[in-house]
Amino acid sequence: MARLDIDTLTKRYGDFHAVRDVSLEVADGEFLVLLGPSGCGKTTTLRMVAGFIEPTGGNVRLGGRDVTILPPWKRNAGMVFQSYALFPHLTVAQNVAFGLEMRKLGKTEIGKRVEEALALVRLSGFGGRLPRQLSGGQQQRVALARALAIRPDVLLLDEPLSNLDAKLRQEVRVEIRELQQKLGLTTVMVTHDQEEALTMADRLVVMSEGAVRQIGTQRDLYERPADRFVADFVGRSTFFEGAVEAPGRFRTDGGLALACDGGAPGRGSLALRPERVGIAQTPWIGLDNSLPGTVEFVSYLGALIDIHVRLSPRDRLIVHIANREDGFAPEVGQAVHVGWPASAGRIFNE
Amino acid sequence: MNMTTALVRRRMGRWALNGVATVALAYILLPLIFVVWLAFFRQEIPSFPPEGYSLRWFAAILDQRKFVDGFIISFEVGVLATAIGLVLGVPAALCLARRAFTGRAAIGSLLLMPLIVPGVVLGTAMYVFHVELENALDVDVIGTFYALVAGHVVVVIPWIVRLVTASLAGVDRTTEEAAQNLGANRWVTFWRITLPAIRSGIVAGGLFGFVTSFGNLELSLFLVGPGRTTLPIVILQYLEWKIDPTIAAVSVVQIALIAAVMLITDRYVKLARVV
Repeated sequence: MARLDIDTLTKRYGDFHAVRDVSLEVADGEFLVLLGPSGCGKTTTLRMVAGFIEPTGGNVRLGGRDVTILPPWKRNAGMVFQSYALFPHLTVAQNVAFGLEMRKLGKTEIGKRVEEALALVRLSGFGGRLPRQLSGGQQQRVALARALAIRPDVLLLDEPLSNLDAKLRQEVRVEIRELQQKLGLTTVMVTHDQEEALTMADRLVVMSEGAVRQIGTQRDLYERPADRFVADFVGRSTFFEGAVEAPGRFRTDGGLALACDGGAPGRGSLALRPERVGIAQTPWIGLDNSLPGTVEFVSYLGALIDIHVRLSPRDRLIVHIANREDGFAPEVGQAVHVGWPASAGRIFNE
Repeated sequence: MNMTTALVRRRMGRWALNGVATVALAYILLPLIFVVWLAFFRQEIPSFPPEGYSLRWFAAILDQRKFVDGFIISFEVGVLATAIGLVLGVPAALCLARRAFTGRAAIGSLLLMPLIVPGVVLGTAMYVFHVELENALDVDVIGTFYALVAGHVVVVIPWIVRLVTASLAGVDRTTEEAAQNLGANRWVTFWRITLPAIRSGIVAGGLFGFVTSFGNLELSLFLVGPGRTTLPIVILQYLEWKIDPTIAAVSVVQIALIAAVMLITDRYVKLARVV
C-alpha cells in the first residue's frame, strides 16, 4: 500500500471540462470517497488514477512515483468495477489468478495467494465455479478478491455496491470497510450514494461540475458545509430564501424574521438541518427562534418521523423527530410551534 | 363473450403463424428432400415413380475422377480462403467495432458488398483485374490456384466481418479494462479476454465463409484454369451432357458434409446465439 497524490488533475473534452483542477492527497491506509451527482467528474477522476483516461493536465503520483502517463497495466492499482467485470469464461480461481499470472509468479505462489484472497472475502471452496453460477453479492466479492490478490498500491472502487439490493448493500459496506481497515488499504471509492459514503469513508470529497466543492470528514461536511451545494447534497436541509438584513438577522422572502448566526448583509439562503428543529404544541421559550405553523405533511419513516410545517405562504420547514413511544406525533392540519437556536442555521450568501 | 372472442382470435393468430412457418420451411426443405430421394433411384433417367432403389450412383461418383478432384480443389480453396479471410477479417471487424474514424461506415459497407454484388459481376471484374495484373507484372495470374483462392477470400470476408462485429457488440468492455488493470497489456488482453469472448462469432463466420466458398459457382467460373475445376463447376459441366442421379448423389454427399460440420461446431459453439 502507498499514498496517492493527485495534483491539479484536469480532463477536457473540447470545451467541456469533465474534471477541473482536482487536487487530492490520500494517506497510506486512508479510505477516501468521491461523492457527487452523476456527471460531476468523480468517475473520470478515478479512471484517470487507474490509467484508462489520459489527463489533459496535472499529475497522479502513486507511492511517490509519477504514473500520470503510464498505461493501466504498469500502475499496480486494483480496481473493482460497477459491473464487476469478471471474466465470464474463466473460473473464480482463474479470475483471481489472472493478475498474478501477469506478474509472472510461480504456480505454487499463485495457488497460495488465490486461496488467501478467496478466504478474505469468505469464498473459499468457490474457486472452481464460473462467475455466472454465483449470486450478485458473490460476484462482487470475487471482483474484490481479484483486485486484492495483486496486492495493489491503491484500491479503486467504482460504485461497487450499486448493483446489490438494499439489504445486502448495507452488509457489504461494513464488510469492505472492515477489510480495508484490517489490511490497511489505501482506498478511493466513487459513489453517488451519500449514506454509503458516510458509512465507509475516513474523508469525503464532494464534487460537482468537475470540481471539488469540499474535502473533509463526515462531521465537517454535515456541520460545516462549505457552500449551498454541499449542504444540499450531504444530508437534508431546508433552505429559506431571503436576505441578511444585518448580521444576526435574516428575513425570508415570505416575510419571516429569523435570528441567525452572523452573516454578511445581502441576499442569500438560510439552511437548517431537519433534526435541529424542535416541534411542540406550545411556543418555545429560551430559543432564538420560535414560530407558529401548520403541519402539512407527515411521513412515518420508522426510526424517525418526517414532518413538513407551513410557516408562511412561501416558507415550508422540514422537521425530523425521533420516533419514541411517548413522543409527540403531530397530525396533518395541526397547529404547532417550531423552534431552533440561531447557531443551528447556516447562512450562504449569494 | 368478449373473453371467448379474444381467446379465439389469439388461437387463430397462432394457427396462422404456424401455417406460414410451415409453408416457408417446406419451401426450403422440399428441394433438398427430393434431391436426397432421387439419389437413391435405380433408373438412369429420373422419373416418378421410382423403379427401385440402389446405391449405385454413390459408387459412380468415385468412378469419375473429376468429381473427386473437384471436391479436393473446392475443399483446399475453401480452407485457404477461410484462413486468409480470418486473418484479414477479424482485425477489420475489431477496427470497425471499436474505432471511430472517418469513412468507417463506408468501409463497413464495402466489406459487406460482395454479399450483394452479383457473382457474375464480381467474377468479371476479377477476371479483368487478373488480366491487367498479369500484363503489368509479367507473371502467371489468370487461372492459377492462388488467383482462385484470392477471389474466394473476397466472398468469405463479409461473413467473417459481419459475424465477428456482431459478437464484438456483446463483449463487456469493462472486462478488457479489468484485464489491463490487473497487468495485461493490449496484446495479452486481446488473446486472453477478447478472443475467447468472440470465439463463437469467429467460428460461425469462418464456417459460413467456408460454406459460401465451397458452393460458389459464378465467381469460380471466371477464375479456374485448365485441370483445376471446383466441384460446383464439375457438376455444371456434367449436367450439360447427362442427367442421371449421380449429380443428386454428389449433392447428398455435400449436404451431409456441411450438415456434419455444422452439427459438430454447434456442440462447441452455439451457432444460434451469433447468427
